[in-house]
Amino acid sequence: MTTSENTTPLSAARLPWRRGARRPMSASRRREAIQGYLYILPWIIGFIIFVAGPLFASLYYSFTYYPMLAKPSWVGLQNFTNAFFKDRIFWVSSWRTLLWAITTVPLGIVGSFFAALLLNRAVRLKTVWRVFFFLPSLTPEVAAAILWLWILQPDVGIVNSTLKAWLGMRGPNWLSSPDWALPSLVIISLWTGIGSIRMLIFLAGLQGVPQELYDAGMVDGVNWWQRIRHITLPMISPTMLLNLVLGIIGALQVFGLAFVTTGGGPAYATYFFGLHLYQTAFRSFDMGYGSALAWFLFTVILVLTLVQISLSRRWVYYAGDAGD
Amino acid sequence: MQSATSKRLRTNTWHRARKDIGNTLLLLFTALLAISFLFPFVWAILSSLKTGFEVVAYPPTFLPKVPQWYNYIQAWQEADLGRFFWNSTLVTGLSLIGQVASSFVVAYGFARFRFPGRELLFVLCLSGLMMPVYVTIIPLFTMFRALGWLNTFKSLIIPTYFGSAFAIFLMRQFIQSIPIEFDESALIDGASRWTILTRIIMPNCQPALATVAIVGFMSSWNAFLGPLIFLDSVNNYTLPLGLWFLKGTIDDALPRDHLLMAGAMITTFPVLLIFIFAQNYFIEGIVMSGIKG
Repeated sequence: MTTSENTTPLSAARLPWRRGARRPMSASRRREAIQGYLYILPWIIGFIIFVAGPLFASLYYSFTYYPMLAKPSWVGLQNFTNAFFKDRIFWVSSWRTLLWAITTVPLGIVGSFFAALLLNRAVRLKTVWRVFFFLPSLTPEVAAAILWLWILQPDVGIVNSTLKAWLGMRGPNWLSSPDWALPSLVIISLWTGIGSIRMLIFLAGLQGVPQELYDAGMVDGVNWWQRIRHITLPMISPTMLLNLVLGIIGALQVFGLAFVTTGGGPAYATYFFGLHLYQTAFRSFDMGYGSALAWFLFTVILVLTLVQISLSRRWVYYAGDAGD
Repeated sequence: MQSATSKRLRTNTWHRARKDIGNTLLLLFTALLAISFLFPFVWAILSSLKTGFEVVAYPPTFLPKVPQWYNYIQAWQEADLGRFFWNSTLVTGLSLIGQVASSFVVAYGFARFRFPGRELLFVLCLSGLMMPVYVTIIPLFTMFRALGWLNTFKSLIIPTYFGSAFAIFLMRQFIQSIPIEFDESALIDGASRWTILTRIIMPNCQPALATVAIVGFMSSWNAFLGPLIFLDSVNNYTLPLGLWFLKGTIDDALPRDHLLMAGAMITTFPVLLIFIFAQNYFIEGIVMSGIKG
């Protein structure tokens, strides 16, 4: 369905000083348009009430002092200056979250990709393995957290018990250790993330690569790595970009996993930005400052997304393009 | 001296054997990987069936001596997981209906009607997916407080009746893949748009509806941040929240890990079940949606 039915050459010729001007709609088209608006009305209303409205409200709050029980009072940029110059935890949590994103997103994407590659081969019992990979991603965050808290329990958890029994060594304190807490969370995140929808999307993308390309490669005598690098990867690069963008957006908002397992500790080792925001807005009830934090995060996400998309022209190959 | 044929036969069989060995190794590797992904579940289930003292014993036992099925009953009753389960069922059930129905109707509007600004509005709809949840949740909290929706399920359920961006996207893709000729011939026969939606589009949309239902079920059942912020009293906690609460009530004197494991499994089982029964629809829905590009 094209969207430019309203700008035929005829209408442009009639009104040459207004290119792209629309002819007045016929009655049936107007009826169709009204009906269209009616059908999407639920979304429009919901968007205004639950998305756009709150968006602007929180922008306003970020410039106020708003201790929940009192009315917001304007303080200008004070929340932001407090964040950048007075709040030590702001920088700690920002750095932790950045570290988290840099670690989990590439590892997760590469992991999902290779899992999809494995499943794309004609191995036997493929559907069984696919289910095994996917099941962890269905687990509620809280359940996964509790599960792994138990597995990584320093004294009686299965990991340290096995280490003690087989290698005679005392394993680290995992989630209770300032050095190992973040890596432990990364492990949990990869467990739920590698076999997830991301893997299924890669799988669908892999299956969309035309067989002729592989055949041509076989004629030219490429080995498996060259095949991946020169045929598979370019063909699924749009999927890669999508996963990269969505992955970073999601990773920067990490909250539940840390909240349930470590509560942000030990010693702020896992005190992510989301936790800091939750603490200020809903425990200390400093909602103005919390809103400022939220908008800082939003800005960072926007900037990162735009940067990624503009950089993507270099490496993403769209098979359908005629080279524009 | 070998004939050319027998030499070719030997290299052919050698190549085939090498391919078979490669395939078997790959199968082994995949199987090992898949099993290690499943292992935490297995371990959690085994742990949930041990007694409180057996579960913390060293050296650890693999299988429970005697499966303590009673642990699940204990978690359900004493730890109040039964109430949390019911809360979750109510919230998720009502949310699901709202989400699927409203997203379907909205997707139909985006897919089959022409109106000014349609593409822009659709992009706006998708942009909701990229917004961090934190940037709306504080005003939502104050708004729900003013409405008196805090600590009720209304705050969780009602917003879902206005369409979900992901569901709208998926269903629109799907509806667009249904030939427009169906609509047109029905229109010529005098059918209303609504009739077309219910009689023609909907029956053909089953994979998409199933996918949206499954994803919606998962996101509602597993939700944590929303319930954490909007629900106050323990009585109203949904299951994930209740599980977190249970963890917080552990005192170190009495080992309760077996109950926690049982609770974690109770929380996870419904999602697993739904997926296992509907996975074919789910995979088909993702493939046909064209998310990959």
